[in-house]
Amino acid sequence: MKLRSWVLIFLACNLLTFSTISAFRLSRSQPTERISGSAGDVLDDNPVGRLKVFVYELPSKYNKKILQKDPRCLTHMFAAEIYMQRFLLSSPVRTLNPEEADWFYVPVYTTCDLTPNGLPLPFKSPRMMRSAIQLIASNWPYWNRTEGADHFFVVPHDFGACFHYQEEKAIGRGILPLLQRATLVQTFGQRNHVCLKEGSITVPPYAPPQKMQSHLIPGKTPRSIFVYFRGLFYDVGNDPEGGYYARGARAAVWENFKDNPLFDISTEHPTTYYEDMQRAIFCLCPLGWAPWSPRLVEAVIFGCIPVIIADDIVLPFADAIPWEDIGVFVDEKDVPYLDTILTSIPPEVILRKQRLLANPSMKQAMLFPQPAQPGDAFHQVLNGLARKLPHDRSVYLRPGEKLLNWTAGPVADLKPW
Amino acid sequence: MKLSALHQSYLNRRRSPLDSSVDAPSKSFLAVFWLVLHCLCCLISLLLGFRFSRLVFFFLVSTPSSSNLYSPPFRPDLPPPRIDLTPSNATTAEAKTSSSRVVVGRHGILIRPWPHPDPVEVMKAHRIIERVQREQKAVFGAGAKGSRTVIAVTPTYVRTFQALHLNGVMHSLMLVPYDVVWIVVEAGGVSNETASIVGKSGVRVIHVGFDQRMPNTWEDRGKVEVLMRLRALRVVKEEKLDGVVMFADDSNMHSMEFFDEIQNVKWFGAVSVGILAHSGNAEEMVMSMDKRREMEEEESSSLSSLPVQGPACNATDKLIGWHVFNTLPYAGKSAVYIDDVAAVLPQKLEWCGFVLNSRILWDEAESKPEWVKEFGLLNENEGVESPLSLLNDPSMVEPLGSCGRQVLLWWLRVEARADSKFPPGWVIDPPLEITVAAKRTPWPDVPPEPPTKKKDQMSLSQGNNNVVVIPKHQQQQQQRSSKVRKPKRRSKRNKHEAKPTDTATQVSSSTKHHQERN
Repeated sequence: MKLRSWVLIFLACNLLTFSTISAFRLSRSQPTERISGSAGDVLDDNPVGRLKVFVYELPSKYNKKILQKDPRCLTHMFAAEIYMQRFLLSSPVRTLNPEEADWFYVPVYTTCDLTPNGLPLPFKSPRMMRSAIQLIASNWPYWNRTEGADHFFVVPHDFGACFHYQEEKAIGRGILPLLQRATLVQTFGQRNHVCLKEGSITVPPYAPPQKMQSHLIPGKTPRSIFVYFRGLFYDVGNDPEGGYYARGARAAVWENFKDNPLFDISTEHPTTYYEDMQRAIFCLCPLGWAPWSPRLVEAVIFGCIPVIIADDIVLPFADAIPWEDIGVFVDEKDVPYLDTILTSIPPEVILRKQRLLANPSMKQAMLFPQPAQPGDAFHQVLNGLARKLPHDRSVYLRPGEKLLNWTAGPVADLKPW
Repeated sequence: MKLSALHQSYLNRRRSPLDSSVDAPSKSFLAVFWLVLHCLCCLISLLLGFRFSRLVFFFLVSTPSSSNLYSPPFRPDLPPPRIDLTPSNATTAEAKTSSSRVVVGRHGILIRPWPHPDPVEVMKAHRIIERVQREQKAVFGAGAKGSRTVIAVTPTYVRTFQALHLNGVMHSLMLVPYDVVWIVVEAGGVSNETASIVGKSGVRVIHVGFDQRMPNTWEDRGKVEVLMRLRALRVVKEEKLDGVVMFADDSNMHSMEFFDEIQNVKWFGAVSVGILAHSGNAEEMVMSMDKRREMEEEESSSLSSLPVQGPACNATDKLIGWHVFNTLPYAGKSAVYIDDVAAVLPQKLEWCGFVLNSRILWDEAESKPEWVKEFGLLNENEGVESPLSLLNDPSMVEPLGSCGRQVLLWWLRVEARADSKFPPGWVIDPPLEITVAAKRTPWPDVPPEPPTKKKDQMSLSQGNNNVVVIPKHQQQQQQRSSKVRKPKRRSKRNKHEAKPTDTATQVSSSTKHHQERN
């Protein structure tokens, strides 16, 4: 009996020591490293129990009917808003009692008015958002209590809540005045930009998880492509001379490296796109009309080190994921020297980046799987919201205090939707 | 679908040449004016066939560009030409009051001077790629399962094509990422030829001599090869080599995945072998291609065109039998002698398709399964045909390569004529001056010509490769030189001074000939 107890204690000690080893080696998969960002080792945090979210019941013309009109919204890269609502409706963090809620969610699909080509038109979005806010302000007291400071919205469009696809116009409009105090969950992130509010949560764009899973190839396929990129370099339709699209960075990549055998870059979209990414060491993620792109998600899932060419970009979950350690950041002015930069990275650094990318929690954090899985992007959003708790005293307004200007903004936005 | 950003720039440009004192012409007037102008430009472009509007504005605006100070939010001058060494950013735009170095607007496309790749960097990139791939192999390939030594057994003998075949096998083994022990069994005893080839490999080699000489018929050769392989297995037993034994016949071709796959074998495994039963006769090849096309047109070709020998599995991936090479189409037409111009057929079950754990051969029956015969008690004279004779129960063989679906190596038998000659070590020393014709050449022996006409005939022979004139006094020299026993092309000093150039041409044309034959 005594021997058995000693054996048990010995085993328990072993378990403890193994759990504290930072770089662990799984038996048949790649060695990975733990990821800890500026907020700490938070990717695996469980938000359940740390916050409560109340989901407003909006009439279906704000969400379901729009989706019925165009089901393409479920698969394009702005689908995060739809899946977020579906996730929250069935999540344990949801509460039906608004009095005990820490955060309030307004499910309005502003990015679902699609052109025949599939691109969202943002012209009616400000009006839709405004109308939704007027609805909740008049039917529930919680908006007026804080003027939206404990509400969060998902705005995955090109420039977030500025609701325009063209950057100058978006800057000109600025964030919708009614959302000045709310927390925005958006894909756009650029430092010192009008359309990125302080305290916003950047999320990755939606990429179809099943489609990417079905294109996985065995890990021992040797990575033989040095740099890989598929996409436009010149947007001939909207910017024929070049220089506007991507601030000239993509065109610079093409002009400098189209003859370079190490760079596998072209505009053709092959059927083996996902497989090729898994055979590449570096994947370029340059900005387009907006600085973010689903390429980052694809690069992370397929283990290809992302080379981010977008000045001052804010990447998804930047406080939880140490992007500097994982990706390579290249200034737009340094694009002509991209090959020098990439070849001068020491191999140990490259191997470490690949180990970080191989971490399954990293890959999970970039995805929006259905049904939701622990550690995925939904949970990271909730973790981000939980980290902002408890709310500051200034969130709650004194009675009669009004901070938002309900008549600000272009006249066209004030029309009812 | 995105509105052209330049529409706005046109708007601004239109304002600036207008009198700036006109503060704000009403928006509607401007819009209408712009619309009319745009339509006009479109019509002109249709007529002319190029974008007229931009050309006009380029000429209009580019001259007074310095005075264009109309700013927000971007500078409305046109971009500089593409080949640009310095960026020409929009200077005035600011996104926010806090300093942002990212400005919206037209940027120049930066192009580095001399953009061709720097070779030093290309080398660095390749080193990075190689390091990454090595890491991948370590993680997913060899290191993951634990690498076992590969023990390769190769029966060989000295002949013309030995260098060709043995170099192929040697380079395959040199690329194997695991430890390799190469047991080379040589018929006719250990020779310097083989030793010099094999010594360049860099892997551990056990060079064993076998007393019999290799016979001239394929059937007998197969039998001797079996004995040689058993001899090698005895070496494995005596030296207690640990690892996976595979049979690398010297004319076979192995893929690198084969070596990765055989690491999975527990005791005795079988892989699929692609059989290249090729006759070397070009006409027959063409005929068989036509025949095959006819066959495919008549019947649906459910057969793959490459015959494969290997394990056969049922739907649950269990071994139920063997795929064997179909010898019926070749009945009576197969090669008997080593240098016959006919299809060379494999045995019923080739040794190369089997791999075994070397512990099967060891003496002590430690963890050896019962269905394995004791190797030490094997009687070779009973006629061991295939490795299955080493087993009591052939159904315990493990099928490898996703149950035989992957063809991991190819079987081929190609040999030169039995009487073909080659320089020892493939080194021609001293250098050739004249050649000795091989026996049984198809060209006729032509009587010698007087020296003056020789040059013309040499030039003739240059054009027509099939006829080489050998003057008679050289033939006499041949007869003299035939006394020399070494199978080497002798060079002989010739008295005729005009000879060197002629012999050079003769050498070249006759070497060409020899290469054709061999």
